[in-house]
Amino acid sequence: MNFEFSEEQQMVRDSIARFVQDDYDWDTRRAIVASDTGISDKAWQTFAELGWLSIPFAEEDGGFGGTIVDTMVIMEEIGKGLIVEPYLPSVLLFGGLVAGAGSEGQRSAWIPSLIDGSTSGAFAYLERQSRFEMTDCLTKAEASGDGWVLSGEKVIVFNGANCNQMVVLARTSGEQWDHDGLSLFIVPADADGLKRIDYPMMDGQRVANITFDNVALGADALLGEAGSAMATVEAVVREATIALMAEAVGCMGTLNAKTLEYTKTREQFGVAIGSFQSLQHRMVDTMMAYEQAKSLLYKVVCEYKQDPDSADASINALKVLVERNAKLVYSEATQMHGGMGITDELDIGHYAKRLMMINTTFGDARYHRAKYMDKAFAA
Amino acid sequence: MDIAFSADELAFREEVRAFFDEQFDDELVGRLRSGDFKEAVVEWQQRLYKKGWIAANWPVEYGGTGWSPTQKYIYETERSERGIPGVIPFGVGMVGPMIYQFGTQEQKERFLPGILNSETWWCQGYSEPGSGSDLASLKTKAELDGDHYVINGAKIWTSYAQYADWIFVLVRTSNEGKKQEGITFILVDMKSEGIKVNPIISIDNEHSLNEVEFSDVRVPVTNVVGEINKGWTVAKALLAHERTGIADVAQSKRNIRLVKQAAAEEINGGKRLLDDPGFQARLADLEIELMALEFTELRTLAAMSAGGFPGPESSLLKIKGTELQQATQELRMETAAYYQGVLPNGMDPEVLGHSWTHEAFRNYMYGRAATIYGGSNEVQKNIIAKYVLGLE
Repeated sequence: MNFEFSEEQQMVRDSIARFVQDDYDWDTRRAIVASDTGISDKAWQTFAELGWLSIPFAEEDGGFGGTIVDTMVIMEEIGKGLIVEPYLPSVLLFGGLVAGAGSEGQRSAWIPSLIDGSTSGAFAYLERQSRFEMTDCLTKAEASGDGWVLSGEKVIVFNGANCNQMVVLARTSGEQWDHDGLSLFIVPADADGLKRIDYPMMDGQRVANITFDNVALGADALLGEAGSAMATVEAVVREATIALMAEAVGCMGTLNAKTLEYTKTREQFGVAIGSFQSLQHRMVDTMMAYEQAKSLLYKVVCEYKQDPDSADASINALKVLVERNAKLVYSEATQMHGGMGITDELDIGHYAKRLMMINTTFGDARYHRAKYMDKAFAA
Repeated sequence: MDIAFSADELAFREEVRAFFDEQFDDELVGRLRSGDFKEAVVEWQQRLYKKGWIAANWPVEYGGTGWSPTQKYIYETERSERGIPGVIPFGVGMVGPMIYQFGTQEQKERFLPGILNSETWWCQGYSEPGSGSDLASLKTKAELDGDHYVINGAKIWTSYAQYADWIFVLVRTSNEGKKQEGITFILVDMKSEGIKVNPIISIDNEHSLNEVEFSDVRVPVTNVVGEINKGWTVAKALLAHERTGIADVAQSKRNIRLVKQAAAEEINGGKRLLDDPGFQARLADLEIELMALEFTELRTLAAMSAGGFPGPESSLLKIKGTELQQATQELRMETAAYYQGVLPNGMDPEVLGHSWTHEAFRNYMYGRAATIYGGSNEVQKNIIAKYVLGLE
């Protein structure tokens, strides 16, 4: 047993932490979110130059060959710094799908450009009606000559506003909610018949609603086998969910640290508010909430590293625990910062909003609790 | 011990319903949401004024309704059920009662009519940068110069200061004795020279809060309400008034109703969210707590009508009321799933997705302030511990 990080992992962690400290302070982050695109090309280039974009990809695809532990380390730091650049949608989702299902030609066409930052990717899976069920898919692709014609609408596509390529989940056979009959297509953002409506989410992410009006695609757009996308999607989303939970743990750690510092310095009634026993006990509760979330994250990462297919129940459990504990942490952080906690100016509320978005992404606690109960209590 | 409505009360309920149906029309709803907010609010309040319903809690002699607790309950329930905003509290709910309770005859004649007919927009100058829940630590000072006070300092979290004609302010007029002594309650014209309003954008991305700076602002001594250096008495009376309205059970009931409505339309994997046993359990827990709180609020209302003033028990309403508001707002956000994160952004909500999620976002985010303002819930617990339970 060993919960230590390798030297390389510590170096990556330190380099992201240094980047946040030197080049991504709160004012910089505010300015990036308020800019036209809502992300910084300069920051993204730095990520590419420092090799962070290559870490999850296999060596044969030009990547670093990292494991889930490396991804966890990166995402936790991204959470601490509240980094808005699209590591999850571009590298882990788009990149994960191409790496997982792509032919050699598709991998060599897209992975090197993801690694050097010139391709910015997204995964268009969500539809208005689908809530947390990805198989609830009405977007259709029909065979036409050698290729395909894509029609339908995806909503709240992360990095949808800025990506230049996307993977689209579409139905090639079967009915709404069928697990089989779904396929993945690589679609350029400037394809004829594709329209985007861009808008910001509460956590600063720029997303898009994307409509496909008979978008013509070549045969090489199909990613993996037609009709059997869900196996790839589930594998990629599983890893992305762990990554998101690491980001959440990073956010929670920073919120706790900032709140603790505040309670030690903020004076009311002539003393630091941290001297009040009722607040001390609540600070202890938020500390324990963070440690518990981190522990379960480590369990999931260890299980997943041994066998990715064995970790599903633990991932459901982690999603439940992180939501519950994150709510406690951000509610207390907001409350203890008083009036300042509910201003747009202070970072506290922005960490809270990112945690809220993380909690709902890929299914909320209620959804995952039901999945967990199905697995844990099945007769 | 009886809760059934009498025939008169039922008739009153019909009158309230008919008035709201007729007067709170769609055109006004649209303007409140996306038009000139102040103009729309004033127009709505003037419709209430003409009906004689602007000041539910004032004595009849000053223009109040003289309603019984049951009538107030009926009115508030019907109002909140329709999502109709309450009267902006700073005039009618706060400074008005202080003026008729502590003010001079001249002050009553000068200020009460404008408060009742909404021609004067008031804001509240209590909290200061850094003062937080320790209200008595306030530093904004007023120094006597002939028959004027000269005010210097700053107030913060001032809701709607950008619209206000007048502000009621707690100022320090003496540094002697305990910090609660030497505070004075004074009325200041927002057009006075030396007042600057700085906007604060809140966590819901809206501008309702402000900082108000005072630099050598000259105010006639005759604008003091109550005794000089005895403003703390006025401040405490006002805070008790502020707390009674704050449980807002009707708002939480409305949230629950809206959650049910939305959850009936949310489909996950072919199943309605409303049919999910886990979701139902959460809803049931909130409804049960709310049923109890509704009767706690009624008991407080009844006690007030017998004894006049809300006591420290009103802190209970503030704590439980705001906790339930936040819990119901949170459940509404969860019902929205991914859509909870879509900001109100001027784009057609139908194009973006669910039209109701903007309201859910605003209410949830700004709702975070409810456990902080009006004396934080931590301070409310201190009040109960000390004044109700006698714990020192």
